[in-house]
Amino acid sequence: MKLIPCPHCGNRAQAEFVYERTADSVVPLDAEPDAAVAALFARANPRGVEEEIWRHTYGCGSWMLIRRDRVSHAIEWVKPLGPEALP
Amino acid sequence: MSKYSALSLLRGAFNGQSHWQPAWRDPEPKTSYDVVIIGGGGHGLATAYYLAKVHGITNVAVIEKGYIGGGNVGRNTTIVRSNYRLEPLSRFYEFSLKLWEGLSDDLNYNVMFSPRGALTLGHSDADMIQLAQKGDAMAVQGIDAELLTRDQVMKIEPCLDFSRQARFPIEGAMIQWRGGTARHDAVAWGFARGADSYGVDIIQKCEVTGMVMGGNRVVGVETSRGRINAGTVAICAAGHSGHVAAMAGLKLPVESQTLQAMVTEGVKPMVQTVVMTQSLHCYISQSDKGGIVFGGDPDNWPSYAQRGQPVTMELAVQQGLALIPALSRLRMLRCWAGVTDMSFDGSPIIGTTPRDGLWINGGWCYGGFKATPGSGYLFAHSLAHQRPHAIVEPFSLDRFERGSPVDENGTGPFPNHR
Repeated sequence: MKLIPCPHCGNRAQAEFVYERTADSVVPLDAEPDAAVAALFARANPRGVEEEIWRHTYGCGSWMLIRRDRVSHAIEWVKPLGPEALP
Repeated sequence: MSKYSALSLLRGAFNGQSHWQPAWRDPEPKTSYDVVIIGGGGHGLATAYYLAKVHGITNVAVIEKGYIGGGNVGRNTTIVRSNYRLEPLSRFYEFSLKLWEGLSDDLNYNVMFSPRGALTLGHSDADMIQLAQKGDAMAVQGIDAELLTRDQVMKIEPCLDFSRQARFPIEGAMIQWRGGTARHDAVAWGFARGADSYGVDIIQKCEVTGMVMGGNRVVGVETSRGRINAGTVAICAAGHSGHVAAMAGLKLPVESQTLQAMVTEGVKPMVQTVVMTQSLHCYISQSDKGGIVFGGDPDNWPSYAQRGQPVTMELAVQQGLALIPALSRLRMLRCWAGVTDMSFDGSPIIGTTPRDGLWINGGWCYGGFKATPGSGYLFAHSLAHQRPHAIVEPFSLDRFERGSPVDENGTGPFPNHR
């Protein structure tokens, strides 16, 4: 099984993690309607590298940002994600 | 194109069956077409077929990156049904189902459509209420739906676990008898042969690498075999809709995810219908060759890899074994995956785009196969009239920003919550 390096727990089985959404799809609370629609519904959906929000749901429960290739599944980096990192 | 018939087969018996011709040509791309369809899957080929047959538009190219039948049209679990709750969906899929019923004759190609019944099991009172509601919603639209008791289900599918210790006890079911399966390869080949016979160019091993823009208008495509000008460009690229649309500077409400399927060794008939359930997400049917075909959830995270994670496969198999314990004695022969374009309300996207001359037919999630003839017919109608057909109007690309999603499951805007 694929391993994902959790910033808190180290390498853990991918089954412990849940994909949430892409990093650019968090809607700021004061967003204008157009920006909110874009954040909610417009995806680059690249056949390549993308930054995504994942959660170690069945582990420590922490949120993280993962930069990952969507074809090879190779992970470039993982960063912890907290309230201060959100827009 | 010579017509396939019992007589031609018989005649062939006297000359060593030497009369067989390739089912479609392998032409070089021309420099210009009225319509260029990106993607030679079921939907692209069906669109080309109906464009030529119904609307007389034959200067059409279907451009396929790989080979015909190599994408999702050859990777699905071949299920055909129209048992939907929301009217826009049931109207669309019923239109498609009616085409399935005459498809083999229409194409002069046996797609082996087998209306063996699409059975949705209920495991609780809540399930049975939901199934009754869905059945009612179908019935008022004239679509066949029958609510079955536990005893009736036992007669149809005796191999299911009806014990009270069952992990998922069976309380009853809803069945659409006109639903069933078809042979997916034959659907691709039949539509390809049909479209070709009207003069449509099917160009394989030709990848679209860019869009040629003239202001806000798409006037052609750049491909690995040169530039092709087009009056209208239609995207039918399934899992690759997103990055094809990106070539025209568009971002779609779509995430591409992997969906897996698997098949066991062949056995004698043991699963009569297509077995689905209201609570679980696994669907089981038996192919004409005898293999038990399984499908389950997508992997729930974006991927273009065409290979799935074992965890998801195990989940589908666990659910299947809980329903039909006897399956535990079978060996799995093959498993595979396709890239599906998961839309944000679970419904397809058909219609115009913000670019002139560019149309889209995508967002099929994991339900595109059953839509193949209907999608092709209605998309061709829309392209020919340059206006979306009334049945596909609810599936416009701008429905999300207008706040009018078609959310059959009521699970909100994120495809991985579906």
